[in-house]
Amino acid sequence: MDIEAVPQEGNATLGSLRKATYARDANGRMVIVPSRGWEAEEIVTSHAVEAFHAQAEAARERVTAGLASPLEYWMYARRMDVTLLSQTSGFWQWRVKRHLQPKGFAKLSPKQLERYAQALGLSLAALEQLP
Amino acid sequence: MSFQHQHAAHCESGVISSLLRHHGVPMTETLAFGLSAALSFAYLPFIKVSGQPLIAYRMPPRGIIKGLLAPLAARFRFETFHTPQAGQKRLDDLLAGGQIVGLQTSVYWLPYFPPDMRFHFNAHNLLVYGKEGDDYLVSDPVFEDPVRCASADLSRARFAKGLLAPKGLLYYPTAIGCMSVTPAAVRAAIRKNCRTMLGLVPIEGVRGMRLLASKVQRLPGNDPQSADFIGHIVRMQEEIGTGGAGFRFIYAAFLQEAAQLAELPSLARFSERLTTIGDGWRALALKAARMVKRREPLDPPAIAAKLREQAAHEEAFFRDLKAAVR
Repeated sequence: MDIEAVPQEGNATLGSLRKATYARDANGRMVIVPSRGWEAEEIVTSHAVEAFHAQAEAARERVTAGLASPLEYWMYARRMDVTLLSQTSGFWQWRVKRHLQPKGFAKLSPKQLERYAQALGLSLAALEQLP
Repeated sequence: MSFQHQHAAHCESGVISSLLRHHGVPMTETLAFGLSAALSFAYLPFIKVSGQPLIAYRMPPRGIIKGLLAPLAARFRFETFHTPQAGQKRLDDLLAGGQIVGLQTSVYWLPYFPPDMRFHFNAHNLLVYGKEGDDYLVSDPVFEDPVRCASADLSRARFAKGLLAPKGLLYYPTAIGCMSVTPAAVRAAIRKNCRTMLGLVPIEGVRGMRLLASKVQRLPGNDPQSADFIGHIVRMQEEIGTGGAGFRFIYAAFLQEAAQLAELPSLARFSERLTTIGDGWRALALKAARMVKRREPLDPPAIAAKLREQAAHEEAFFRDLKAAVR
């Protein structure tokens, strides 16, 4: 890639970050060129972000319908899945799955709720409701 | 000596080259990457990251740091901790002693990252070069300028759980025996990298690319999960700091440096050739991304064919490179 070909398309997912990219200058030397990103990267990054967002919104609907606990919403809102929430909170996966149900969630003690709040970086009050 | 921040493409090579330069070794990011023979390709279907298989264009985390120990006759101290409190105290003590410290962290919990780039990826590297009040002074090589990070946030990022959990890992050099790089070390590193790329392990190097191609070939064209998978390949190649084309451009820059260091002018031509191969990877990424966005119909066999083409180019390239440094 030549310097002129380094994309500066203003990739929205990068925010104000410019990424270092290696490209050939006029003398054929490879140098670092800051890039504002390009289409390919923006598409795949926002595709991944949207997948998490869609999961969180689907969970929100299930919570409102009384089919899931707020924990499920927060898990996806924090871009986690059951495996990662289990590793972060220290609960076994089968217990996490149980706590994603309203019935299982209602049985949690304040101490157990605190563990989830910690794992998700939330306050106790925030964990028990939807934003 | 005050610390100099330097913008880099990749976190690990950026951190280690900054750290070595601080200790007086003339080291660039590309030389660190090449000298540790860090270029690779790996497709690990049995390790899942957020439900997707691990695809890597380089050697595993810490490979760059460890790969530099022998050529520089260096020793590093690596420390992990059981509690965040112990980890933070040790970091503060080292900083108070004037040490510049490398850390492994999660990306997700670092507030200075753009929100759309905060994923649960645990093998990010950064340097801490001071503390002011409650803020750590951070040299994150993928950022153009130094940043600040509150102690609670940094602690959280250092002790994130999950795949490749950092466990508060910090590192710093304790001895550097060799302040310059010998031609023999450069040649040995290139030979090693050729072995990685041409090896017999079916999930690694050129064979790994072909294995991935056969997986892509079988994806159903009408399933949304196929788009997720193809998007995932592109993310691993472009999104996570690779300097473009899944580290191929970084390695091309290294070969240019190596032409002088190893007194092998022919390597300059190999640098050109790898840059062209890198352009092929970029074209693949763009085509795949457009399919993910449905600007083109999703066509997994076309992606698979392009992957095989890249594999063929790289196989020929590394065979010739191997012969050139023999």
